[in-house]
Amino acid sequence: MAVIDMQNIVKKYGDGFPAVNNVSIDVKDGEFMILVGPSGCGKSTLLRMIVGLEDITSGEMLIDGKRVNDLAPRDRNLAMVFQNYALYPHLTVYENIAFPLRLAKVPDKEVDEKVRAASKTLELDEHLERKPGNLSGGQRQRVAMGRAIVRDADAFLFDEPLSNLDAKLRGQMRTEIARLQKRLGITTVYVTHDQTEAMTLGDRVAVLKRGLLQQLATPRELYENPGNLFVAGFIGSPPMNFMPVTVEGTTAKLPFGDVQIPADKAENAAGRGLLMAGIRPEHFEDASVMTGDRGGDTFRARVDVVEWLGNEAYAYIPFEAPPEVQKQLQQLERDLDGESLRTQLVVSLDGASRIKEGDEAEIWINAAKMHLFDPATGENLTIDREHAGRVPDIAEETAAV
Amino acid sequence: MNERRNKIATWVGFIIILVWCLLPVVWIMSLSFKGPGETAAGSPHFLPQHWTIQNYRDVLGFGSVTPGQENTNNDFLAALRNSFGIAAISTFLSVIFATLAAYAIARLDFRGKRFVLSLALAIAMFPVVALVGPLFDLWRTLHLFNTWPGLIIPYMSFTLPLAIWTLSAFFREIPWEMEQAAQVDGATSWQAFRKVIVPLAAPGVFTAAILTFFFAWNEFVLALSLTSTTASRTVPAQLSFFVGPDPFNPPYGLLATASVVVTIPIIIIVLLFQRKIVAGLTSGAVKG
Repeated sequence: MAVIDMQNIVKKYGDGFPAVNNVSIDVKDGEFMILVGPSGCGKSTLLRMIVGLEDITSGEMLIDGKRVNDLAPRDRNLAMVFQNYALYPHLTVYENIAFPLRLAKVPDKEVDEKVRAASKTLELDEHLERKPGNLSGGQRQRVAMGRAIVRDADAFLFDEPLSNLDAKLRGQMRTEIARLQKRLGITTVYVTHDQTEAMTLGDRVAVLKRGLLQQLATPRELYENPGNLFVAGFIGSPPMNFMPVTVEGTTAKLPFGDVQIPADKAENAAGRGLLMAGIRPEHFEDASVMTGDRGGDTFRARVDVVEWLGNEAYAYIPFEAPPEVQKQLQQLERDLDGESLRTQLVVSLDGASRIKEGDEAEIWINAAKMHLFDPATGENLTIDREHAGRVPDIAEETAAV
Repeated sequence: MNERRNKIATWVGFIIILVWCLLPVVWIMSLSFKGPGETAAGSPHFLPQHWTIQNYRDVLGFGSVTPGQENTNNDFLAALRNSFGIAAISTFLSVIFATLAAYAIARLDFRGKRFVLSLALAIAMFPVVALVGPLFDLWRTLHLFNTWPGLIIPYMSFTLPLAIWTLSAFFREIPWEMEQAAQVDGATSWQAFRKVIVPLAAPGVFTAAILTFFFAWNEFVLALSLTSTTASRTVPAQLSFFVGPDPFNPPYGLLATASVVVTIPIIIIVLLFQRKIVAGLTSGAVKG
């Protein structure tokens, strides 16, 4: 049980490049904290600084109020599961799990009890005498977790533990980790680049980009109130749609037509000129399958490609964006490790929709859910700050005032 | 059909190589079982006409002693003891030093790392013969001439470079995460090294040990030049003193016997160590 408090953590490498830049995250006792971001965002570096495998350039790392900046990993009493498991191949599964206890000179009887208990939890009983080389990926993963849970560590640290598993196993292990964490109630910091893992596992999620904390909030807050363009594009699959918009009064002029937006949102955007609108795919619908009047606007557009999945269908609608917006969108894609070839709208339709490729369809849009972003800074102008967790830029601004 | 032809060709190649390599060995073994009359014969048979183990008795100093060779008999046993002692101690020390040095080279980033490595390589390339003169003088001054340390020290310095290179390659193969995992699990750097890294590098350690042992066991020039009596003379040097009473008629049988006797420990050691050199010991440590 532990509180991990990171205060203004900076990590600079030899060339002066800050891999982690002024990041402050407080992990509460028993909380499941996710560090998420595209590759190179500093999330693993941050985790390794918590465990002590990486030096901290500046800032304070407190575990239960105690400064641990200069403590060796073995003195921090944290358990870590590595991305590639890092099992000891010359030891049996039993000895792998027992390794931390042996180092702590725990009596044999107690070692046996604890190892058996851990192996029972992780269903490793029949593999105890085998060597890691003879285990499957999922079993190795469980051994690595066994090694972590066998000792009474103050916190668990996971470094992309599922990225080496295939999709099916990943789903199962994800549930398993969530269950284990809830049962043990132990403080956990979990690094991943996968936004699904971040959303499903985390009590709170810290989104990082190029060493900077973008937003620290619950999954729901991140999804509904992204602090900026980057978070909005990173969280959610398929990702949020971005398109140019100008707001006049309560009318938002989108490439497909004009829609009405709520007055409070319009107010924030008033007189800002060209903005970026963000709408999630599920806030569109095929107008022809909708029953009753749900309000909102519709527009007509030619559907390029339809991916029908049974319960829903994704329709792709290409559009032309002005150069300044296009540049911003390309930059965003690069930040997200992606590569967008064209500007297009992804809309999620009901499975009953009969829209086919090449059709001109009438699409309904729920403009009330639209977010408006400043294209220059990426800042979300329509954010509900009460429900957005912590967005560092805002916090700094408030502090300055 | 094709597969069968492949198999046959493989076996033919196999047998050719076996014959090529083993024929001299078999010849030496056959010689060692021949009496003096047969080895001196003008057109010798490949296999002994009259099998005898007299050569072994003589070399190892059992039973009746052949006239004129009283000295060599006990000397050979003394030389064998020297060989064992010197080779074992050189191997042991060399492997320990090489393991520590190689670990530092593989793991740490320090100034002059490349320099150390290239210097080690340069030492390995240095011709041994060129050192005989200076070492002879130096050892006499330091009273190391004709002592065990007098041979152990040069053997170590000539085998260390190879051992360091071999071992640092092995250490580099071991994922750094293993060690970090150990540290997170509560190990000190030394514990992580001893309990995780060294066991994983065991194949490398044994490879280095075998190479070092071979070098020390087979080395001739230094063994001959830096020793004067059987107090420290090793077997290869001692063999050159097997001249017998007649300079025109060397004791081939005895020489062959000594060669066989000196080869047997090497074979045993290789077989013993080979079990430890299990390829792919690190498999299963990490994914992929």
